[in-house]
Amino acid sequence: MTPSKSQSWLHRFAVLTALATLGLVVLGGLVTSHGVGMAVPDWPTSYGYNMFALPVSTWLTGGVFHEHTHRLWASAVGVLVVALTRGLGGRKACFPLLLTGVAEIAAGLVLLKLGADWRGTGHFLSGIGGVVLLGGMVWVKNAPASKPLPLLGWVAFVLVQLQGLLGGLRVVLDAQLVADVRLGTAFGIVHGCLGQAFLVLLCVIALFTSGWWRERSKVQQGTSPMEAVTGRLFLAATILIFLQLMMGATMRHQHAGLAIPDFPLAYGKLWPDTSAEAVAGYNQQRVEITAANAITSFQIWLQMLHRIMAVGILVAVAAVVWATRRFDAAVSLRRLAMAWLGLILVQVALGAWTIWSNKAADVATAHVLVGALSLVTGVFGCIICFRFIGAAQAQSVSKSTGTYAPGAPVTANP
Amino acid sequence: MKMTLTLAAVASFAALHVANAGNITGKVTLSGTPPPEKEITPLKDDATCGKLTSGTPMTKFYVVGPNKELADVVVVVKGLEGKSTGASAAPAVVDQKGCEYTPQIFAVQTGQKIAVKNSDPVMHNVHSTPTVAGNAEENKGQMAGAADLNFSFAKPENFLRFKCDVHPWMFAWVTVVDHPYYAVTAKDGSFTIKDVPPGKYKVVALHRKGAPTGVEKDVEVTADGAKADFTIEVK
Repeated sequence: MTPSKSQSWLHRFAVLTALATLGLVVLGGLVTSHGVGMAVPDWPTSYGYNMFALPVSTWLTGGVFHEHTHRLWASAVGVLVVALTRGLGGRKACFPLLLTGVAEIAAGLVLLKLGADWRGTGHFLSGIGGVVLLGGMVWVKNAPASKPLPLLGWVAFVLVQLQGLLGGLRVVLDAQLVADVRLGTAFGIVHGCLGQAFLVLLCVIALFTSGWWRERSKVQQGTSPMEAVTGRLFLAATILIFLQLMMGATMRHQHAGLAIPDFPLAYGKLWPDTSAEAVAGYNQQRVEITAANAITSFQIWLQMLHRIMAVGILVAVAAVVWATRRFDAAVSLRRLAMAWLGLILVQVALGAWTIWSNKAADVATAHVLVGALSLVTGVFGCIICFRFIGAAQAQSVSKSTGTYAPGAPVTANP
Repeated sequence: MKMTLTLAAVASFAALHVANAGNITGKVTLSGTPPPEKEITPLKDDATCGKLTSGTPMTKFYVVGPNKELADVVVVVKGLEGKSTGASAAPAVVDQKGCEYTPQIFAVQTGQKIAVKNSDPVMHNVHSTPTVAGNAEENKGQMAGAADLNFSFAKPENFLRFKCDVHPWMFAWVTVVDHPYYAVTAKDGSFTIKDVPPGKYKVVALHRKGAPTGVEKDVEVTADGAKADFTIEVK
């Protein structure tokens, strides 16, 4: 296979893995939106069965369908990521994969001997080790991808296993308390946020393996003070979005439904009363169909902050669009910023709809999906900004020292 | 001889105590306007459960009679803690029928067995979610036709929640009391707490939504019993 053909296949495979991960984020969102994270109370077994041998009749029962499908899909994503790591690392990845696979199998077997509490983790680790070992044994002699792709592949390799473990521990340790915090809730929040970060990573890998990115990397882009400002704006808005996602994950994993049932007002006011007496009154009036939990003033504050942050993000992304209005479309930043603003507007509408629909599971999950896409778009914008602006600024410095050759291509990796 | 006399004295005292025991009776009514109940749409839309229920399944948070009588209020005598007879009491039975718990509000003593049946032709899981230290959280799958699942709780707790994670609209709440002197109001809002030892007590009426921390009244129980009516206010 020629190098360009190999790169093209690698890119397609990276896109496939990123899409599969996006699907996984949606499935995870459905699990939380339906409140069925504990519908399968054991892990890595499912109702005592090997995960891959659960009877179909049980799989199709109520919330088991969402939770078990999430587990199976996650397993498939795990296999894809191992293969992607192998593809990005080329033949150099064989030995580390073999070594990691053997080490994980051995560690898993040791955990199995430690007692019942560790059995689930032991099965998980040794099972993953088997897949990794197989990945290392696949005889493909492709050269490693350009830097930093092999490294990003290894980061994805670690994250996918960590995510699987967190998802499992969220089930197994659900009822355990640490400093009055349920570990199930804490692991659920971290699992949700890390899932978004993991999706971003895979999308970045897909971007870096694309022909579009390779071509753009060869062409010198102009820069201006305005572009530097735009880069910072992109970064600020993206950070706000990630903070917003963390807040959203915290709200969702408390399984308390809607802390504020109306929008745009909050309990009929611009700012709701959060006194103990008022909260008791709200709880008297709440009629939950699922997520039957009393709400607290903390949860009301959290939702108000989520609303305020949404306004902040909208303003920040609108500022990005304004800042890119005169950009050369060669780097597509302007179009990307416009698409980003479109996503944010859709996201705001979905947030409102989530409340008006009394947190309907499908609507709330669509809110998670568009949130993830907004984060990915923001990260893409940041990378494009800083990658090209940074390269151009470096050239500008070289020029001032007399080493710049006009028209010479920028050759930074990847 | 001395031992016999002592036992006789204790037995006589206990008999006299029971003889003087009285019932606390009363009625609980609601003031204010409760929120309208909602249709449990996920139940109706579920491929299996939707066929097991007739009519429109609704939430049952405020079960209110025509004259504002309030059902599902747990009324508990305070000051008699530590007298649980739960270990020898008959089990409380909770059924899962039509993908809903029946009853949804009930009370037991500490140590009393709770038998959870599954009358549905579908799998459930029974997930107890206590919040008081000493009461264990358990999550057990229960296939259609499987044997009853048994639970019991060592510590008193108000409205300890049972849920089914497979069908996330299914909830039941049990109040665990450390003695046998409690009752749950009927549809007409009435209750009777039987054989309360004579004395002065505080009685608390707890409603999961309307009064989760309770409304209290002072009563004096004599051989003729005592009366305690409660009003739970919805704001």
